[in-house]
Amino acid sequence: MKISFIRRERASRTAMLVAPVAAFACAIVASVVLFTLLGKAPGQALYSLLLEPFLTWYNFSEVLLKMAPLLLIAQGLAIGFRANVFNIGAEGQLIIGAIAASALPVWYPQGDSAFMLPAMLLMGAGAGMAWAGIAALFRTRFNANEILVTLMLSLIAAQVLNYLLLGPWKDPHGFNFPQSVMFPDAALLPILLPGTRVNISLLFALIASVLASILMRHRFAGFQLLVGGLAPRAARYAGFSEARAIWVSLLLGGLAAGLAGAAEVAGPLGQLQRSVSTGYGYSAIIVAYLGGLNPWGIVISAFVMSVIYIGGDNAMVSADLPIAAVWVFQGLLLCFYLAGLTFIRHRVSFIRKAKP
Amino acid sequence: MTALLSLQSVSKRYGAVQANAGINLVVDPGSIHAILGENGAGKSTLMKLIYGVESPDAGVILWKGQPVNLSSPAEARALGIGMVFQHFSLFETLTVVQNIALIVPGRKTDLARRIRTLGDEFGLNVDPEAMVHALSVGERQRVEIIRCLLLNPELLILDEPTSVLPPQSVARLFETLRALQARGVAILFISHKLEEIKELCDTATILRGGQVTGRVDPRGHSAKDLATLMIGRAMPPPLPATVQAVGEVRLELSGLDFVNDDPFGVSLSDISLRVHSGEIVGIAGISGNGQQELAALISGEVVQPGDMIRMLGHAVGAVGVAQRRKMGFAFVPEERLGRGAVPEMSLADNALLTAHGAGLVQNGFIRRTPERAYTAACIARYDVRTPGPEAEAGALSGGNLQKFIMGREMMLEPKLLLVSQPTWGVDIGAATDIRQRLVAMRNAGAAILVISEELEELFQICDRLHVLHKGHLSPCLPTHATTVEEVGTYMIGAGKSPEVAA
Amino acid sequence: MNAVDFILAGMLAAATPMLLAALGEMVVERSGVLNLGLEGMMALGAALGFITTYTYQSHALGFLAAGLGGAALSLVFALIVLGFVANQVAAGLAIGILGTGLSALFGKSFESLTISGLPKMALPLLSDLPVVAALFVQDVVVWLTIALALSIWAVMNHSKLGLIIRAVGENPHAARAIGFRVLPIRCAAIAFGGALAGIAGAYASTVYTPLWADGMIAGRGWIALALVVFGTWQTGRVVFGAFLFGALSLGELTTQAAGVNIPSQLLACVPYIVTILMLAVISSNRRRMRLNTIASLGQPFEK
Repeated sequence: MKISFIRRERASRTAMLVAPVAAFACAIVASVVLFTLLGKAPGQALYSLLLEPFLTWYNFSEVLLKMAPLLLIAQGLAIGFRANVFNIGAEGQLIIGAIAASALPVWYPQGDSAFMLPAMLLMGAGAGMAWAGIAALFRTRFNANEILVTLMLSLIAAQVLNYLLLGPWKDPHGFNFPQSVMFPDAALLPILLPGTRVNISLLFALIASVLASILMRHRFAGFQLLVGGLAPRAARYAGFSEARAIWVSLLLGGLAAGLAGAAEVAGPLGQLQRSVSTGYGYSAIIVAYLGGLNPWGIVISAFVMSVIYIGGDNAMVSADLPIAAVWVFQGLLLCFYLAGLTFIRHRVSFIRKAKP
Repeated sequence: MTALLSLQSVSKRYGAVQANAGINLVVDPGSIHAILGENGAGKSTLMKLIYGVESPDAGVILWKGQPVNLSSPAEARALGIGMVFQHFSLFETLTVVQNIALIVPGRKTDLARRIRTLGDEFGLNVDPEAMVHALSVGERQRVEIIRCLLLNPELLILDEPTSVLPPQSVARLFETLRALQARGVAILFISHKLEEIKELCDTATILRGGQVTGRVDPRGHSAKDLATLMIGRAMPPPLPATVQAVGEVRLELSGLDFVNDDPFGVSLSDISLRVHSGEIVGIAGISGNGQQELAALISGEVVQPGDMIRMLGHAVGAVGVAQRRKMGFAFVPEERLGRGAVPEMSLADNALLTAHGAGLVQNGFIRRTPERAYTAACIARYDVRTPGPEAEAGALSGGNLQKFIMGREMMLEPKLLLVSQPTWGVDIGAATDIRQRLVAMRNAGAAILVISEELEELFQICDRLHVLHKGHLSPCLPTHATTVEEVGTYMIGAGKSPEVAA
Repeated sequence: MNAVDFILAGMLAAATPMLLAALGEMVVERSGVLNLGLEGMMALGAALGFITTYTYQSHALGFLAAGLGGAALSLVFALIVLGFVANQVAAGLAIGILGTGLSALFGKSFESLTISGLPKMALPLLSDLPVVAALFVQDVVVWLTIALALSIWAVMNHSKLGLIIRAVGENPHAARAIGFRVLPIRCAAIAFGGALAGIAGAYASTVYTPLWADGMIAGRGWIALALVVFGTWQTGRVVFGAFLFGALSLGELTTQAAGVNIPSQLLACVPYIVTILMLAVISSNRRRMRLNTIASLGQPFEK
């Protein structure tokens, strides 16, 4: 008996929809096994991880709060991934965006101009683009692999953040904590849902989703990116510039991540902290893939991943699970999903070996 | 006499394609046995089954009367079966002797000595220490053959061995094969070239659509009979040769030099040619002599500033693909999947790939209705067999996809068309169709440059020929005034120097 | 101890985690597979190595556990990319995240515990040389790593096994046509790379700085990936690059010792910045890259 994959004539729509759901189920099963082995109560862990986020309005609103940066960044990254440009340094672009946005309120802590907030958002988005643009420059000019360059730039960004918070930008009245001054009201994003911390950055993320959808489905520019990702030689043959695809992919990814960083400091944090970087940039990679790199799929996967984030916070308290459990779950989820993707273009065949 | 090899009702299926169905084949010891069939008839699959690369779904393979179950090429080699692959199974970054050491046991110095001895004996000389990427296609074939011979095979399989050789070298290969036959080695010779088979082989098994349609002695049959067995009907008649007045120059290369920074590629030097409106100019030569580089320079996929390339009245050295296309240039590349078409995309999206300028895009938005209409028209006019514009390009057969790509480019009504290997891997019906359309385009006034390995094809459709050898282009040879032999001398680089010719 | 002695004494040990991981990855990439999950496999190795060494008071057992752990995680990767023909970039990232998570999950309760490192061994004669003597006083793993590098060089360039791995990496279809089993060969290479990455992590957590902390690998897996490119898939150049980065990573400490007043966070960026610049310098030589790049790297293989 031989089990093998046979290529399908055309992609299976059913498999496309089933794959993420099945991956989710498998990841849950695998986590339960793992948690049990570690001596944690799996029932409690799952309850915290998957149900608690829905049980109170507050918890649910926190899910929406987390969803904004994840969705925004993932939309930016997915465009690049479809073009085979792998920006895995969104974490660094987010940090640099947050830093740039913080400059104004740090320098003008009493500022009350109506232009402060828009300026911060612009600076954040611009800085994120510039940071990603370094990778684009190195890739197009020197052929340097963008995966490694964007990742290195993330590590650098994290150190720059540390330097600023431990040095020049440290709040002099902050009991020596590595954080900046609290921002004035003029530097804070308006709240979207009264009584919660959900701010208008969720709207940015949803608008970004609509724009990404238009770009990838209806614009010729998006089509060019897709061709570059699926068949680089076909793109060259048709005259679609590879350099342009690299620049567009990285700049859009950097813009989204930088804006998300700005929205974090101008939103729930209200100051520049080390915790501005809690792995959104890496989780967004998973969100992008899990959503099938499809703008609307990403909206769903961003929501699911936010649930897990909030659930993980809960599980830390109620099920004594370290926050690392969330990473494990995310890693498992992506592993299963990638395996599941195979069924979109392949079917399984069982061949009984012919006897000689 | 027991047959050396015999196959009984062997079948193999890949997905929806039944590549081999109930094949019966008997190869006698010491014979040169042809497997004749056109592209897609299932010849290569059959050889992979015999060499153990693939396992049959059904049927029995007998070696010297004993049933064998070959699960790997190593087992086939241990029995005494060797195979020379059409696209070679050599590794460019390894030396000749390293490539050989992969499957032939022995010390390196020992192997190198044996490679030289065998080379002298059979006229297969090659430097054992050379890197394979530095070898010509013909030399690579010698390495493949030597690698087989070092294992003392009783059966040697050669898959389309003459497709990579100039006419003169074919004769040399045949001498080598006859010398092997004289030593008792049986040979399975796979080809679709009728004359070669008549000259070399004592038996021919003919395949069509994955089935055996005949077993004959080719020496006793005319090429016409063999062709009928091969394609199931009479060969299509050759195209009528018409000479017509040519118009203005639409492509001019003058002294084009190109230094390739790809160490595995070919550099071009001093290439000069002209293509006029209303003519087809052919570039003959074995692949790997600079064809890809030349095509990429003309298409703009590789840009080299300067005025050595003039297209439709403009120097286009520094101009990219998109702008050349806007000027009225179109191109059909030799690789269909992954270059000429995106396999995972629908035919409609593949039409968009190069026909976006034909009203399929407005203000940067894709217009789906015209996109579909263009694709449907292409499918209908160029006889592409497919369920419709939504079918994925990767699901089409080679011939159908080639017709689609040809159609897509021709419907743009280009003033200058470059076609590379128009009928590679295409069945005879589709190939004839494609050639007829090229001639029709020429008659309507287009300038066409065809790069092809198939001399027969070039002689059929071209008004003038050049030969590309090691990055050098021969002088222009009017098709009606030249011969296969003359073209052949240029293909091995032995042609007259341009000064003498002029 | 002056700065030169300090760097000579420390650079090999500092280089060892990166070198071990890079050597393994080099073999994986030469077989045609790109495993971006090094950082995660190293992290997992660091945690398992520390836990085992702490629990059983044996470095040997610690390395064994780390090697097995790294190999096990890499086999998950192998299953996804070879069995399920998945995108290697995405699968590598998934494994990276999974390994980092598992590392933190397992290691959490061992944080702030300490173990002893390994004693230094002086090479006879060489450690008596003037100026460079400090270079030849190292722990046993450093010497074994150098021996391993030599063996890998010999295998890749002068053995049939090396030829087969290179053949599979250059052209898997041709390799299959002449009878090599591409997937098992790639799978073995991946497991080898995973084991070395695990051991590399264990060296970091049980010898180099004998303690475990979350995030302790600190990008060394990614630098190891860059080292493979920097070394253009050649063993000797990878070794050279690793030593260079070993020396660089000590720069932070030396500058501080020398009393130069540069904030440590900015100094910590130096290896990352150098990585980017090195990549640019090496990669911009397209001819050299083309000559050495593994032709089928990252391409899924289907019959």
